[in-house]
Amino acid sequence: MLSALLVMAGIAIALGAVLGYAAIKFRVEGNPLVDKIDAILPQTQCGQCGFPGCKPYATAIAAGEADINKCPPGGEEGIHKLAELLGMEFKPLGGNAVPKPKSVAFIDEATCIGCTLCIQACPVDAIAGAAKQMHTIIAAECTGCELCVAPCPVDCISMKVIEEKITNWKWKYPVYALNTVETTNVAGAALQKTNGRAPG
Amino acid sequence: MTEYLLILISTVFVNNIVMVKILGLCPFMGVSKKLEAAIGMGAATTFVLTLGSGASYLINHYLLGPDLAYLTTLSFIVVIAGIVQFTEMVVEKTSPALYQTLGIYLPLITTNCAVLGIPLLNVQAKHNFMESIFFGMGGALGFTLVMVLFAGIRERMEGADVPVIFKGSAIAMVTAGLMSLSFMGFSGLIK
Amino acid sequence: MRKLNHFHGGIHPPSNKTQSTQVAIAHAPLPSKLIVPFHQHAGEIAKPVVQVGDHVLKGQLIGMPDGFVSSAVHAPTSGTITAIDLQLIAHPSGLPNLCATLIPDGKDEWVERKAVDYRDHSQPELQQLLRMNGVVGLGGAAFPSDVKLRIGKQKIKTLILNGAECEPYITCDDMLMRERANEIVQGAQMLRFMLDADEVLYGVEDNKPEAIAALQQAIKESNLNHDVVAIPTVYPGGSAKQLIRVLTGLEVPSGKLPTDIGVQCFNVATAYSVCRALAHGEPLLSRIITITGNVRRAQNFEALIGTPIDYLVALGEALSDTDGYIMGGPMMGIPLPSVHVPVVKATNCIIATSAKLFPQPQPSMPCIRCTRCVEACPADLQPQDLYWFAQSKEFGKAQKFSLFDCIECGACSYVCPSHIPLVQYYRFAKSEIRAREHDKQLADQARVRHEFREHRFEREKQEKADKLAAREAAAQAAKLASTQPLTPQQLAEQADLEARREHIREVAQSSVENTAVENTTERTGN
Repeated sequence: MLSALLVMAGIAIALGAVLGYAAIKFRVEGNPLVDKIDAILPQTQCGQCGFPGCKPYATAIAAGEADINKCPPGGEEGIHKLAELLGMEFKPLGGNAVPKPKSVAFIDEATCIGCTLCIQACPVDAIAGAAKQMHTIIAAECTGCELCVAPCPVDCISMKVIEEKITNWKWKYPVYALNTVETTNVAGAALQKTNGRAPG
Repeated sequence: MTEYLLILISTVFVNNIVMVKILGLCPFMGVSKKLEAAIGMGAATTFVLTLGSGASYLINHYLLGPDLAYLTTLSFIVVIAGIVQFTEMVVEKTSPALYQTLGIYLPLITTNCAVLGIPLLNVQAKHNFMESIFFGMGGALGFTLVMVLFAGIRERMEGADVPVIFKGSAIAMVTAGLMSLSFMGFSGLIK
Repeated sequence: MRKLNHFHGGIHPPSNKTQSTQVAIAHAPLPSKLIVPFHQHAGEIAKPVVQVGDHVLKGQLIGMPDGFVSSAVHAPTSGTITAIDLQLIAHPSGLPNLCATLIPDGKDEWVERKAVDYRDHSQPELQQLLRMNGVVGLGGAAFPSDVKLRIGKQKIKTLILNGAECEPYITCDDMLMRERANEIVQGAQMLRFMLDADEVLYGVEDNKPEAIAALQQAIKESNLNHDVVAIPTVYPGGSAKQLIRVLTGLEVPSGKLPTDIGVQCFNVATAYSVCRALAHGEPLLSRIITITGNVRRAQNFEALIGTPIDYLVALGEALSDTDGYIMGGPMMGIPLPSVHVPVVKATNCIIATSAKLFPQPQPSMPCIRCTRCVEACPADLQPQDLYWFAQSKEFGKAQKFSLFDCIECGACSYVCPSHIPLVQYYRFAKSEIRAREHDKQLADQARVRHEFREHRFEREKQEKADKLAAREAAAQAAKLASTQPLTPQQLAEQADLEARREHIREVAQSSVENTAVENTTERTGN
């Protein structure tokens, strides 16, 4: 009995010593994961995730304090990437947030009174202008975060969806008409649907 | 030397711990979605198992002996838990991404039945020290092999047009079953 | 005899070239309206430098190159600009782009043309000349030729003139070589001068014996040591990388340019327009276009840039069962969104299609991994894997399988027994990856700007705090100063004040004169 206790205690002490040493030797400083997560986030700095910017959100994800499905501008695509990086399951976008088409802010320059409130709100300094001067958006720098829309006292800022032009046009996913096969029953039609392709 | 080689071949192919002995299925299904993660898990398990087999042999042989044989399982669990903790620290330090990817499965190596099973099988088969180490390493290499193969298949399967009801784990289980069948083809390789 | 090499794969589709080589190149008559797109080349769109209502002369600059990869656009004939607006062009998207509409005055009046002797000019001067003359690659990609000539310090060993013309139906280069070999050879000599190349090779497929003979004749006449090489007829033997492989045995490494291995490649029609631009001072205003397919008179036309395609098709007399038009060859061409789109510099061929000539593609069936596409792929890729990753949108893996080395030649789709439109999947994946990289760049830019803003706020806060601290320190100092004995001036002021008070009291009692006197004494006392 005593020898059994001694043996177990001995093992425990030896392991404890090794682990204690390892804990000092392999101490991890900071969290290198934050930068990797931050690289995936779209950097709109819109705060829709409930954090004051992309980096704080990334920090919260890395610490396990926030879910990965809180970023509407990143869309499902972004959630997939985060899920892959973190080895988690994919989750649909949380809350009532719906991904919107990409847009940039536009200032109606006739209505603008030059109050600079939007300039202060812009997280990426994409609004040019000065007090009592008309403001304008630097479209190339605008991330479409919409943070400038609410502060405007005369509601002269609107979000414009980026139109498809020849310069940003993309090849579409090839979709071909299904072969018109006479389907006599519902099951056949359902099968065709799930296959996504027509039987020859 | 031949016997060591035989032990290796036998544990990697013929008596593959996952596919034939059906041990360690939890990480096999859980961490085989991505090839990198599977390789990492395989490496971590190999490290733990090789070290664990050696250590458990020493403990069993020199500390416990026939008198304290009833402590075998208990002491093995403690040793393995310690080694897994150590491995976890090393992985967290050296590869944070892998650490994150392996997630809960890394500490769960502790409860991986393959990891406890192999030292126990070592005791049962009365292996000596070197045999124990080779048996442990072989088992772990076999584990890594099927992990990598399976992860490769699953990565490909991501793009496949799998019917909705079979998506995810269901088709993975079917695939694992087929793989297991094919591994049974190795039986009789060593006479 | 030069030892030829082979590239992997390739296919042998029916060539269908003889229809359009029976008669000589005809000049298309002046149409009643020309639509000249400002974006006819790879790279940045040219900036319009004319106004609506301007009268322009033939060859007058109307679009200024804007950016490093860009080229000039000219008025193809004399006339009046009636509109500069968005018009439908030949682009797979079917989206409009900026075009100038030109109503010809029928005089075809030239601007002043200035021929130059290329030997008198430096390479940068000649590059600028080509850029301002709007010379771009006429093989199909329309890449500005001057950019291809800016090679830096790289040594060019071989200059290749591409006359392979491997796509079925197209014969414009073939006819050009037969009829205007002299100017091609001269243009090649100019390009050679600009690149300082050791040797000049013409790669022409062996199904064009007349073109080969014509080139050889022209070379002999002008006494140059160029070399015409007949290469085996395999599609896509006219793709630059594949042609380089055949002629030199060198392979252009993935992600590199031919110049990195000492080779540069130009189309024969480009050489022709280089000659026109330098030796005659004529900008690129017209090109040879094959009108073929479902037409009564398949023929090559020399047409002005901006000629509406329906005008050309009418010249070829399209048959009544024509159901569409392809710009380019049947393998790599694009179906035209409308027959009213204009001819651009990249338009080498217009094929009228009919259900008989080009039957509807059969519905695609699942990939059975037969790897016939692998055997056909001239770029040594694994098309079935690329397809797998593209259709499941696993772009990262597609990139790992060298998606961007795909030249979109269509050989894989051609041989696919399941009729899978493979190239469309690759195009989709490529443009999706490019868009993502662009987004990534924007995100990085936004991150930098955001971080700078944070940094600026931090700095401003610091500055404000410093200022506040400084002000507080000053206030502290002032307080300290107030407890100290008064300065002589302050004392004097105080005395003055006291004196005034005294004085007022006195005024209340004594006479006016007295006050005045006292007042003066007070003042002088100060």
